[in-house]
Amino acid sequence: MKNIVKIFTVIIALLGTQSLHAQKVYATKTGQLFFNASGGIEKIAAVNNQVDSKFVDATGQIIFGVLIKGFKFENQLMEDHFNENYMESTQFPKADFKGYIKNIKEIDFSKDGKFPITIEGNLTIHGVAQKVNTSGTIEIVQGKPTIMGEFSVKIKDYGIKGLYIGEKIANEAKIKVNCKYQN
Amino acid sequence: MQFKQIGIVATILLASLQLNAQNIDLFSEQSNNQSPDIVTGTFKSTRVVNGQSIENVGAGVLDFRISHRFGAISQGGYNLFGLDQATMRIGLDYGLFSRLTVGVGRSTYQKQYDAFLKFKILQQQDGERFIPISVSYVASSIYKSMKEATTTYTPYASDRFSFAHQILIASKLNDYISIQLSPTLVHYNLVDSAKIPNDFKSLGISSRFRLSKRVNLTSEYFYRFDKLAGYYDPLSLGIDIETGGHVFQLHVSNSNGMTERTFINETTGSWSKGDLCFGFNITRAFGIRKPKELRGINW
Repeated sequence: MKNIVKIFTVIIALLGTQSLHAQKVYATKTGQLFFNASGGIEKIAAVNNQVDSKFVDATGQIIFGVLIKGFKFENQLMEDHFNENYMESTQFPKADFKGYIKNIKEIDFSKDGKFPITIEGNLTIHGVAQKVNTSGTIEIVQGKPTIMGEFSVKIKDYGIKGLYIGEKIANEAKIKVNCKYQN
Repeated sequence: MQFKQIGIVATILLASLQLNAQNIDLFSEQSNNQSPDIVTGTFKSTRVVNGQSIENVGAGVLDFRISHRFGAISQGGYNLFGLDQATMRIGLDYGLFSRLTVGVGRSTYQKQYDAFLKFKILQQQDGERFIPISVSYVASSIYKSMKEATTTYTPYASDRFSFAHQILIASKLNDYISIQLSPTLVHYNLVDSAKIPNDFKSLGISSRFRLSKRVNLTSEYFYRFDKLAGYYDPLSLGIDIETGGHVFQLHVSNSNGMTERTFINETTGSWSKGDLCFGFNITRAFGIRKPKELRGINW
């Protein structure tokens, strides 16, 4: 009888530690990514509503992925040029980000609220990877997190070439992310 | 004995604990975006040279198109190799939906008005769902408003109409080469004599070849199964040059018509006699209606 009690104590103790270590993955396939590279009068901006993103609450590991052809421009011709002349999207169909939310430990997912976050990792566009360090916010509403962030990328850093970069097209593209995760 | 049991249970639990405690590694996961990989930019413009290409005007975009065809180079120096003479067409094409384009135009040749609609039935796709070709249907009607020279007969308004139906079958083989077949039926409501049929079948063969990111070579040929006597098959060679919001198309052709009935069935020039005409199309796209994804965004 005593031994059975012992066994149960051990089991309960072990189960307890287990739940402490459980990791949760938050994911979305419908995140939004805005892109704005207007250099002059003409607006060169697009949106992608099919951002694939996941993050792990325990480690802060976070990934984003987009299909370049999924960017929607106001002007069809601009969209064609974006894909064919600049991003070469048949050769490089995807852009992705792999990194960490550095201050993930400070976030309490059980409480509603807004927390500042810093994200660091590698951004790969047009087949070229570059280190990106940026800040954003995470908002938790009923256990569902939304990550918002804004940063700029130098177009030439990613080996993207074209006649109008630095003129009609800005040297730096502003990128805004808005991802609402499901759990 | 019971200590052993405790030992076993503990080991099993520890093992499962270790499994669970192992970090989930998102970086090694293959992300699988499922959206269809639509093939774009089969041709650089909605026309190859004279004929319709598989490309539609984007949804909510108005495409203003000016086309010029000069006279035959074989006219010689007196007419400055055809440059003294020109026919032109002004047209407006609008993308009602991404798959449906409607357009109207007016040509100086025979004072023709024309209207067309182009609907994409099948869209070429790569990846998950592989569709090797795009297919579109084009219907156009042409109204010849020029007064008849003859005084013995007053034509009905309907006599001035002709119609064209085309199926466009196109494939972008790779970034460099696209081809298109365009079976065409042109119907004339009125022809010159009872011996001449009203329907004319033909097959168009078009291609695009990329020289650089902004410069493409195009060709367009129509083989006529039903021939009107005295006319030739049209063959055109062109260069498409893209600059920002414009596409310039420069070409030489033995035809200087810009509507289906004119350039397919009523081409007067012959390549072998050097009756080549220089011509160009210029287009400018205007965004009229924002795509629904872009409405209400504060940039």
